[in-house]
Amino acid sequence: MLTYILKRILWMIPTVWVVATLAFLLMRAAPGGPFDAERKLPPSIEKNVKAKYHYDEPLYRQYFRYMGGIARLDLGPSLKLQGRSVNEIIAQALPYSLALGGLALGLALFLGIIFGTVAAAHRNGPLDYAVMVVALAGISVPTFVIGPLLIILFVFVLRILPVAQWGGPAHLVMPVITLAAPFTAYVARLMRAGMLDVLNQPFIRAARAKGAGEASIIYRHALKVAVLPVVTFLGPASAQLLTGSVVVEKIFNLPGLGRFFVNSAFNRDHTVALGVALLYCVMLLVFNLLVDVSYAWLDPRIRYK
Amino acid sequence: MNRRKGETATGRLFCILFARSPVFPSMRPLAVSSRITVAILIAALGAAGCQKKDPRAEFTFENGTDVQTLDPALMTGQPEHRIANAIFEGLTARSPNGAEIVPGVAKSWEVSPDGLRYTFHLRDCAWSDGTPVTAGDFIYSWRRVLDPSMGAAYYAYQLFYIRGAEEFNEGKLKDFSQVGVRAPDARTLAVELKAPTPFFLYLTSFYTLFPVNRACVEKHGELWTRPGNIVGNGPFLLTEWIASRRIRLARNPRYWDRGGVRLATIDALPTENESTAFNMYMTGEADWVDGAGIPLHLIDLLRLRPDFHKTTILVTYFYRFNVTRPPTNDPRVRKALDLAADKQRIVDKILRAGQMPAATLVPPSMPRYRPPEGLAYNPAEARRLLAEAGYPGGRGFPRVSILFNTSEAHKQIAVEMQAIWKENLGIRVELENQEWGTYLNTESALDYWISRAGWVADYPDPNTFLDMFVTGGGNNRTGWGSRRYDGLIAAAGRERDEGRRMELFREAERILVVDEMPIMPIYFYVSLNLYDAGRIGGIYPNPLDEHPLKYVFIK
Repeated sequence: MLTYILKRILWMIPTVWVVATLAFLLMRAAPGGPFDAERKLPPSIEKNVKAKYHYDEPLYRQYFRYMGGIARLDLGPSLKLQGRSVNEIIAQALPYSLALGGLALGLALFLGIIFGTVAAAHRNGPLDYAVMVVALAGISVPTFVIGPLLIILFVFVLRILPVAQWGGPAHLVMPVITLAAPFTAYVARLMRAGMLDVLNQPFIRAARAKGAGEASIIYRHALKVAVLPVVTFLGPASAQLLTGSVVVEKIFNLPGLGRFFVNSAFNRDHTVALGVALLYCVMLLVFNLLVDVSYAWLDPRIRYK
Repeated sequence: MNRRKGETATGRLFCILFARSPVFPSMRPLAVSSRITVAILIAALGAAGCQKKDPRAEFTFENGTDVQTLDPALMTGQPEHRIANAIFEGLTARSPNGAEIVPGVAKSWEVSPDGLRYTFHLRDCAWSDGTPVTAGDFIYSWRRVLDPSMGAAYYAYQLFYIRGAEEFNEGKLKDFSQVGVRAPDARTLAVELKAPTPFFLYLTSFYTLFPVNRACVEKHGELWTRPGNIVGNGPFLLTEWIASRRIRLARNPRYWDRGGVRLATIDALPTENESTAFNMYMTGEADWVDGAGIPLHLIDLLRLRPDFHKTTILVTYFYRFNVTRPPTNDPRVRKALDLAADKQRIVDKILRAGQMPAATLVPPSMPRYRPPEGLAYNPAEARRLLAEAGYPGGRGFPRVSILFNTSEAHKQIAVEMQAIWKENLGIRVELENQEWGTYLNTESALDYWISRAGWVADYPDPNTFLDMFVTGGGNNRTGWGSRRYDGLIAAAGRERDEGRRMELFREAERILVVDEMPIMPIYFYVSLNLYDAGRIGGIYPNPLDEHPLKYVFIK
């Protein structure tokens, strides 16, 4: 098991390298540069700006400079937020995204597993249909619709929640619900499908034959196997939730990482865009590893060598 | 284990999710994973709870976006400008209504008769660390802006009016003592200009020319603008700067005019989303929001409110024509497109906040200047010119497109213009939407026919608009050039007589918007602000849309 984990961690290095190289090249292939503006700079000033960030060097030198930086865990300076390093930007914004994403993830798992299990237990009954209609809505209605609807309800009609900003727990209610909604829906659907699949398997038939009650079958025998698809989904979902969501951050004016991801790409702030992309990549790899390890834990039939 | 009677499915699931493993031994992995869920929840709640909620400032405003930097030498945008104006002060400053020049660090000044030499007399005032502000501070700060190794001083050209400054920035001149700025004593600053620059006293109130504290910059390096490090000389101190969350300012007890500063604390919020900024204003979480927080679709309702303030400003929305490729290389085609453009309809139907249709590039609200008579809407004349150019009734008109960067307003205007030209000229124009970086690149490479543009006055003088279109100018981007036009702009730069100078600009602008038309003016902006004038004082509508925080107060 330990060797397996170690091997996976070592494999991350070439993966990150490939992602960094591709992202670097794609970023540079995009038209326009970080120093372009509606007001054209006089040539002497443009030259000085480029020299400051080594943009006057040939591309391969810049590439090696950047890769060298990554090896030292230094993601370089932001090209737009002057005087700030990418490391500092991530260090400042990530905790907000982690808190928000963590809460949303917890809520999505908690509600999703309950909803999915209930739906499967009452399959084709009215409760099942009700849960699945709500889940379908959760998936199809985008966050930029859910967020404003919540604002209308809680801020302007009920007047019980603050409209935006980072602050006390009350400030987090709407962002967390908005962020968790589609994930809750996914988890519920995966849970229901997983449960229905498991309920048709021979070991469940064996349990029924020995006279176990329906609830006992679902919760004692089926649940831990049925939850596997949810766990699989958890890898990419965690990486996505924890690195921030630009839509939710903008609607509720939260200082997370998501807005840097999008703004830096638009502004051609190459170093920030690359840094956030790499962070996302590393998180994805780590969470997928955790998911694979937890399989062995959840399902005794899975063994890693 | 037997199922106990009376248990609901959900209730049972709760038990399982939160069960301790000894109770349900076979459920151990699930119990563990659910405990992870709970742990995530608790950790996240804890992290969220650690962020203590602090009292709001006396005055809170929406500042649009995050400030990119607080170093006056490096900054370029309006959000930065507002904060810099609060924590620094230049030789001169802007009046409460933003339009006039008032003394700042300089209590008085003299200008030589030829307009080339300025002598500033500094008042006895101090930095926030208690040391005096001296003429040497200005020399240090201006040299810092111009120093090629400073790198990203984007607005260094605001100093290029000073003799030798441009050469020093280019690296051609190594010795800074050759640059036209000297300090005969600690309280006197003598500046020598390349050419008479009637707006120079506006430039000395501009952030690029603000003084910075040498000891602070040298001690902290790039981190000198952080709260705790920063030393300023303005009405406020920076006490907190949390990226993308808040900037907090507090009254500077060492500011020379501290008695004139009414607010004790100010919060600037970097709210990028228009609706969010508006919602925060509507729920009282912000006291002032500008046009960036006023949703276009609510204009018809908002303009009736007493807290809606509108004023014309020195900003023009126009289209560039690419004069290097057909059919827009033909002045008759460019004129036909302009004459056929029903600008009133754009203003009434799309913008709806009381903007003015534009026939000139320089807004008529420009002080001391009277723009030439531009072309008026005349579809019949437009059709005649188009026929003369070889496209009667629009027949045979080649494929052209309007290029614009991603924005709902730009799109709506382009769609309307497309319809107007179809109705009036019978031509089909396509739309080409590009995101910001790509759009800038396409425009600079002259890879377009018609391109959306806007220009904000840097200082209240026609030169800020008109020197854009000299041949080969960095902001020209139309491929157009005229020796007569270049000559007139250069002559205006040398002219000492104000009336004659304005006449030269007027003549130049006539070439631009009547004779040659490499650009097509569309409308003049209005600034929109929401604030309750019954409660908030010291905000005055003005053509530069500048509202120095120093003068703001709560009634």
